[in-house]
Amino acid sequence: MEALGRVGFSDEQADLIDIAARFCRERSPIDRVRSLMLDELGHEPKTWSDIADLGWLGIAVPEVYGGSGLGLAETVPIVEAMGRHLMQTPYLSTILAAEILRIAGTDAQKQEWLPRIASGAAATLALAEEGGTSPDAIRTTLEDGALTGTKRLVTDAFAAEVMIVSARHQGEAILCLVPRDAIPTEALRREVIVDEVKRSFEITLDRVAIDPGAILASAPFEHMHLAANLLSAAEMSGATQAAIDYTVEYLKTRKQFGKLIGSYQSLKHPTVDNYVAWEMARSHLYAAAHCFDEQGTGEIATRMAKVATLNALSSTADRAIQFHGGIGFTYECDAHLYRRRAVWHAALYGDAAYHKRRLAELLLA
Amino acid sequence: MTDADPKELAEFAADADAWFAGNVELDPGFRLPLTFMEVGEDRQFDFLRDWQRRVWEAGYLGAAWPKEYGGRGLPQAFQSAADDAFRKHHAPIMLNAIGLNWTGPLLLDIGTEAHKKAYLKGILSAEDIWCQGFSEPDHGSDLGNAQTRAVRDGDQYVVNGSKIWTTLGGYAKYMILLARTDPQAPRKYDGLSFFLAPMTVPGVETRPIRKLTGEYGFHQCFFTDARIPASSLVGGEGAGWKVAMQTLLYERGARGGQAGGLMMREQSAFDVVDLAKRMVRDGAPVLDDPVLRDQMVDFLIEIQGNMLARQRLAMDPLNQDRPQGLPLSQKLRTTELARRANEFAVTLTGAGGAYYVDDPNAVDDGIWMRGYLNAFSATIGGGTSQIQRNIVGEHVLGLPKDGG
Repeated sequence: MEALGRVGFSDEQADLIDIAARFCRERSPIDRVRSLMLDELGHEPKTWSDIADLGWLGIAVPEVYGGSGLGLAETVPIVEAMGRHLMQTPYLSTILAAEILRIAGTDAQKQEWLPRIASGAAATLALAEEGGTSPDAIRTTLEDGALTGTKRLVTDAFAAEVMIVSARHQGEAILCLVPRDAIPTEALRREVIVDEVKRSFEITLDRVAIDPGAILASAPFEHMHLAANLLSAAEMSGATQAAIDYTVEYLKTRKQFGKLIGSYQSLKHPTVDNYVAWEMARSHLYAAAHCFDEQGTGEIATRMAKVATLNALSSTADRAIQFHGGIGFTYECDAHLYRRRAVWHAALYGDAAYHKRRLAELLLA
Repeated sequence: MTDADPKELAEFAADADAWFAGNVELDPGFRLPLTFMEVGEDRQFDFLRDWQRRVWEAGYLGAAWPKEYGGRGLPQAFQSAADDAFRKHHAPIMLNAIGLNWTGPLLLDIGTEAHKKAYLKGILSAEDIWCQGFSEPDHGSDLGNAQTRAVRDGDQYVVNGSKIWTTLGGYAKYMILLARTDPQAPRKYDGLSFFLAPMTVPGVETRPIRKLTGEYGFHQCFFTDARIPASSLVGGEGAGWKVAMQTLLYERGARGGQAGGLMMREQSAFDVVDLAKRMVRDGAPVLDDPVLRDQMVDFLIEIQGNMLARQRLAMDPLNQDRPQGLPLSQKLRTTELARRANEFAVTLTGAGGAYYVDDPNAVDDGIWMRGYLNAFSATIGGGTSQIQRNIVGEHVLGLPKDGG
């Protein structure tokens, strides 16, 4: 059996837990979230530029490229706080793109893009196609210097200044860097997605010419997948905490039959079980962040964190809807926002059954 | 206590590791209890009492308790290092669990100097075995309603009544006793007092209770005009509820000060995986079954989650919003998991599940089924899991009290 992970955190993480919590609470009250859901762009440019000014985009970018040279672990408290306050920005997409560029980009690509990303350029990944996200599913081709194919579920594509696109090139699955302005705006179709706080696009690439130097030095699909799941777990941990707080608040104020409904064990006990599941998920999250770069251990810890946070958020949000009674069935109640988010994260980076199958291979061989 | 010197701590940890490696004996020729609630035979008791004394003499029990009371006066990190070695080598459990984990920390917190001098060293050496007298036949989870009476008579109290589910009751020299000194008190809680009651005085009788496993380990204790010294009172007359609640904080893991050592063999993720790897069903390894694989992984995630929770407990920045969340949910999490993991292990044994302990065909001498049945002692004792959910709901989440 591979070694299991350990919890740990850096001083930087500890500081960020406080700072990010305050920033997200102030910038993303629920009425702001609600109004941004109706906004085409979906986020506030001012918030985004403040995030850049805080240095949060360069956290995992090496210092030579204008970052602070920490790691993905230090982005976890930030993403968690964003998840807690349903704050929408292209942060997750951008951090993932920067991470791939750091791991797999050529020197020239890193020199051109990492400093720009660290100072505020949004970026994203375009991996998924009709057949899925795995390298085998890639039908998009890079031939004669041009990309042709259809990518889906490209998060924050409209806001991104650059994207990393997977394609088939001379029989190999490759990644290449495509500036957003190489793609005509008509090629972007905003998708109707289950998580209405987020923004996602289908992109039709019709012989999009790319630079010969645009191919990344390697195509670390597995690393990308794990990094995405780490941040996904972070966002869900925050969302679960919010869904618990939201439910508890209602149970403490709503009266039926002359009593606060939170005094009834049929509501109290499942809420406790969900809370306990969240605490466990959060332990897994911070173990995954701490061990992410350790071969083997990092993968186990990350997949466990994904399963645990996904299960915790799914059941917490499901019960949040139910325990709000009639109001829980309305669009106005926030419970569905959390339930939708869990479904989004299960759909995008692998659901619990998928990760458990992979864990079984790692742990039970 | 000062911070641990890293070099000294590392040396201590290495010594502890070597000591446990050389001294742990797991097969004395009879079944060793996996928890302190399973000590039902004299030979088990004698073995474990001797073992605890040896661990203490070697310096790996009570390392963080003050020197003048039998400890070593070291920072808590030293005892934690010893516990790691204890866990790693699957050492037999510490017998005097009530004394080490509840009486001791309580006396260190609020006991008089005379109490500390009289009791702490005997707790560590296992010379003086302790039991707990909280639950009564008609008042299990509803402790505040305890009816055992203690009436002051000169410099003594006269005790009448009955306590039940008393682990080690038949072996104990002392009991932490919750008894009613004032039946007229306006609030039932204000009529209770807390005693360090000797069990060796006339009028105290104990009767073993046969458990669902067929074995022994618990007692019912009967007090008939039993006279105990007034000096055994802790916290003053009428303060019993407050003192008992403080004791429960130690029991539920929410407060430190425990002497160390483990009072239960913990289910490690690896134990269940090892079992699964040995089991065959329909000619194929049981872990080829995709459903069992999926369930096994669920357990591993949960078992690992509790291991991580133990590490996270000490990391304040990761426990800001609800600092009591992990400690107060610890009993609920770990005892329920132990119950379900043992139950799952029984299903992994397939037809082997038909056998029970002592049959030569029983898998691993039937420890999994026995462990499953015994696991209920922890999901019921010390406040049932249902009570634990109330505690977490009310004290951690701030939900209204039942019926509120």
